[in-house]
Amino acid sequence: MIPAQFDYVAPTSVADAVAALSEAGEDAKVLAGGQSLIPVLRLRLSYPSVLVDLRRVSELRGVREDGNELVIGAMTRHADVITDPLVRQYAALVAEAAGTVADPAVRHRGTFGGALAHADPAGDLAAVALALDAQLVAEGPGGRRSIAAADFFVDYLQTALSPDEVLVEVRLPKLEGQWGVHYEKFNRTAQAWAIVGVAAAVRQENGSIVDARVGLTNMSSTPVRASAVEAALRGTSADGRSIAAAAEHAAEGTNAPSDLAGASDYREHLARILTRRAVSAAAGV
Amino acid sequence: MTRVSMKVDGVVYEDDVEPRRLLTHHLRDGLGRVGTPIGCDTSNCGACTVLIGGESVKSCSVLAVQADGEEITTIQGLSDGDWHPVQKAFQQHHGLQCGYCTPGMILATVDLLKNNPSPTEEEVRHGLEGNLCRCTGYQNIVKAVLSAAAEMRGEQPHPGSFRDADDKTGVSA
Ligand SMILES: Cc1cc2nc3c(=O)[nH]c(=O)nc-3n(C[C@H](O)[C@H](O)[C@H](O)COP(=O)(O)OP(=O)(O)OC[C@H]3O[C@@H](n4cnc5c(N)ncnc54)[C@H](O)[C@@H]3O)c2cc1C
Repeated sequence: MIPAQFDYVAPTSVADAVAALSEAGEDAKVLAGGQSLIPVLRLRLSYPSVLVDLRRVSELRGVREDGNELVIGAMTRHADVITDPLVRQYAALVAEAAGTVADPAVRHRGTFGGALAHADPAGDLAAVALALDAQLVAEGPGGRRSIAAADFFVDYLQTALSPDEVLVEVRLPKLEGQWGVHYEKFNRTAQAWAIVGVAAAVRQENGSIVDARVGLTNMSSTPVRASAVEAALRGTSADGRSIAAAAEHAAEGTNAPSDLAGASDYREHLARILTRRAVSAAAGV
Repeated sequence: MTRVSMKVDGVVYEDDVEPRRLLTHHLRDGLGRVGTPIGCDTSNCGACTVLIGGESVKSCSVLAVQADGEEITTIQGLSDGDWHPVQKAFQQHHGLQCGYCTPGMILATVDLLKNNPSPTEEEVRHGLEGNLCRCTGYQNIVKAVLSAAAEMRGEQPHPGSFRDADDKTGVSA
């Protein structure tokens, strides 16, 4: 299928991209890897007047350290995120989840920022960003602002970005030392998208869990934190029984969709099981 | 119209294209490289896979304007003259039936083996998960990939041998 007509610009700086977006008005769209946007255009579910392609904006690519934070440029491709040594060291959960996204060809094009800006609740990286308390940095005509992941994902395919803003980078607090992480995903074989996914990070001291973060994929119209599980985990001993008991709270406060892949009560069941597995793996039990 | 220049199978082409033109249409309709088939048109099946800068991509999910300045390899440019070891292995091991998925399957395999010259069967199945085949049940595709890997490592598997897919030695009985 062939997309409807649009104009195309490929600026070389964030400032020029923002200028192109504000000049074009509401109907302009950012093009990153195109792995979500091009299918949408092909199905004519969207009719942008202009695409502002970020492929030549080199400042948006790459991973760096900034004090206690790891900074991932929005245009860093999934394939590069997975192999990046800094990501593996300080945000292994991101690398692990990115490795489950789609297939190698899609991961060669799709970007970290694009996956977050697309805000598909079935996407794997949003729950991870939420669980890790990521800060998403956006630039618009008025300058830069930082948006907490908890405020970034507004609704199904909707974010806090305004149409003239570019997502520039994602800042993640470094996790290492006593932190263990795991992303547990349940999907049909020939379809990469998660029916449910669980991102878990736990910190242990002397056999007890002292801190826990759990994010859920596809359990609501946005990614959600399993706060009740986190609260139940804090202070418990890191053993199978305690983790299983805490995981029973996984579906609390969620609003799981029902679709061809599963009814909402099935997803709630999956959330409990996968949370137990994810936290157990993260805790090494 | 936007001016684009790309090297396809060793030849540089300059063209004015509509920004909405998909790379797959540009290759087929613009440049006559019809060896790249269009399968599902939904980004899922991988039949239209080509290499951009040596990396597999689904050409239905790339705009021609995004390939400006890039070097592209289609199945027609994978080798000149003799077949590529992966092509040979697909023939020898019957890694195809109707053949529609084959160009994409072969190019995805070339990329896979570049990154992992000694894959396990599991890694082959995982590495080709973006390429769907409705005929073979994948068994012979996996055999072909493991055999091509062995040959490319210089282990010279016996031509036409039907090794078990879990035999990674490349040496046939
Ligand atoms: C076959 C297939 C299977 C997939 N399976 C999975 C899966 O299992 N899990 C998963 O998580 N994802 C999956 N995806 C989606 C994949 O992760 C995409 O890469 C991602 O959703 C979009 O990233 P992109 O860079 O391609 O963005 P694009 O498609 O270019 O853009 C997506 C949206 O985000 C906006 N946008 C992008 N970048 C920016 C930016 N820097 N600033 C502002 N707005 C921006 C665009 O305007 C657009 O609205 C799959 C995709 C395909 C085609």
